Amino acid sequence: MGDDGFRLLTRLSAITVLVLLGAIILSLISGALPAFREFGLGFLVEERWNPVTEKFGALAPIYGTLVTSFIAMLIAIPVGILIAVFLTELCPMWLRRPIGIAIELLAGIPSIIYGIWGLFVFAPFLQQTLQPFLINTFGEIPVLSSLFAGPPYGIGVLTASLILAIMVLPFVTSISRDVFEAVPTVLKEAAYGIGCTTWEVVRYVVIPYARVGVIGGVMLGLGRALGETMAVTFVIGNAHRISASILAPGTTISATIANEFTEAVGDLYTSALIALGLILFAITFIVLAIARYMLLRIERRVG
Amino acid sequence: MNRLYAARRRRNQIAMISSLLATAFGLGWLVLVLGALLWEGFSGLSVAVFTEMTPPPGSAGGLLNPIMGSLILTALAVLIGTPLGVLAGTYMAEYGRYDHLTFVVRFINDILLSAPSIVVGLFIYEVLVAPMGHFSGLAGAVALAVIVIPVVVRTTEDMLLLVPNSLREAAVALGLTRAVVIRRVCYRAARAGMLTGVLLAVARISGETAPLLFTALNNQFWSLDLNAPMASLPVVIFQFALSPYADWQKLAWTGALIITFTVLALSIIARVMAAQGKQT
Repeated sequence: MGDDGFRLLTRLSAITVLVLLGAIILSLISGALPAFREFGLGFLVEERWNPVTEKFGALAPIYGTLVTSFIAMLIAIPVGILIAVFLTELCPMWLRRPIGIAIELLAGIPSIIYGIWGLFVFAPFLQQTLQPFLINTFGEIPVLSSLFAGPPYGIGVLTASLILAIMVLPFVTSISRDVFEAVPTVLKEAAYGIGCTTWEVVRYVVIPYARVGVIGGVMLGLGRALGETMAVTFVIGNAHRISASILAPGTTISATIANEFTEAVGDLYTSALIALGLILFAITFIVLAIARYMLLRIERRVG
Repeated sequence: MNRLYAARRRRNQIAMISSLLATAFGLGWLVLVLGALLWEGFSGLSVAVFTEMTPPPGSAGGLLNPIMGSLILTALAVLIGTPLGVLAGTYMAEYGRYDHLTFVVRFINDILLSAPSIVVGLFIYEVLVAPMGHFSGLAGAVALAVIVIPVVVRTTEDMLLLVPNSLREAAVALGLTRAVVIRRVCYRAARAGMLTGVLLAVARISGETAPLLFTALNNQFWSLDLNAPMASLPVVIFQFALSPYADWQKLAWTGALIITFTVLALSIIARVMAAQGKQT
């Protein structure tokens, strides 16, 4: 093959990547069109989801997606950053790689495995320990009691959030560790030189310097949490309603699609599910674009 | 003065102990998940798992058809996705390194890399399953290929960028064209890294369930027909685990064990290869 031919071939392949994204967006939009035509933008704020009367609204899955991801990040961000601190500041050299790899293996475990484990091991465990504890402890306190109301089902929003937190943890950790390592040693040594403790060096030198990168890592993890399907599908309970209690079953966009798509009868039902997919894609696209922008900024500064 | 010093030390100790606890917390999950898998799945492991078909509820059987299905789907997805990914990565690292196009493709590719896989399933349903009128193994393989492409593009570009320019210059000085330089010199220099990318992609797709749910669907029977629904391990695990039958749940655990250790082995091999590639 000639040089020009090969060059053209590679260029076309690169363009195919763009076409792929365009095709995904277009196909979702065209699939979602019937639902949006029927329900208008009210689709986004309607809670009812009734396949029998063909009345569909996306609010419950959107709410579930946002709440589970929010709780997951609430846990994964501090824990992930602390692990990165441990790996870069405290851990003996020879242990850094093994522990780093072990944490990253958490990201390698397929999500269906978290699902089956969550359903058969984790949910029953929570049902007997954490959930009764939460109900007994916070049941009497005015605002918190509604957050932890209802019987301990085992499965539900909290269980899904905890599993998401475990799945997102390696993303936050590995990117935080990478950007922490990129902090110039001179800066850290200068801080130690004026008598700072390790924590003060981390808190006032490393984290401010690496902030943008850490935010990028967090957004990347958030993108994963929002779109995660199988693990959530197993443990969330697939209930189309919005409850104040995080112990109650709920649903997310991806869980709804996974559970109902093959059983959806009628064009409107299918279209409503594809519309959910479009909403999910739009949300994750924005989050991931912000993540990439942040990481690009820190890459430019470092390199 | 002394009190302030003590307070700072105490705060430091608290922070360091919490970072230690956080690490133990993180590693704890790995142990718990893998432990449960071994505990529940290992006892179900037998020759029958690899030689018999998935059973109807209540009788014994194995996972032969989903294992075969997963192998076919994965192989086909890699076969479709790798050449495209390698060529696209080649353009970005070689011909168009400072192009505007490269910059855009890199950004879009990174987004595809973490896009929700269930959306990929919907996309393939719309463009392949719906027009063809039925679920098929081919649609499943294409869905997986869409997930393979961004992984391969990313690693190919990264690895080619690591190839020192002096190698290219030396080859060009011999009078070779760019195309020959890339294929004979750059690919050879970056081979280990590019292979790592393919392995990572295989690891990634062999556990993927969401994109297969409404493309390849599932098949109770032995079938190698790409034009018909095809069983795969993740989908069978999904179906069996959520079923009320104890033997099905048992098989689901065994399948989960097989997938997890395949995936972990692949990613560890990929890591070792990447580490060796960097040394040479």
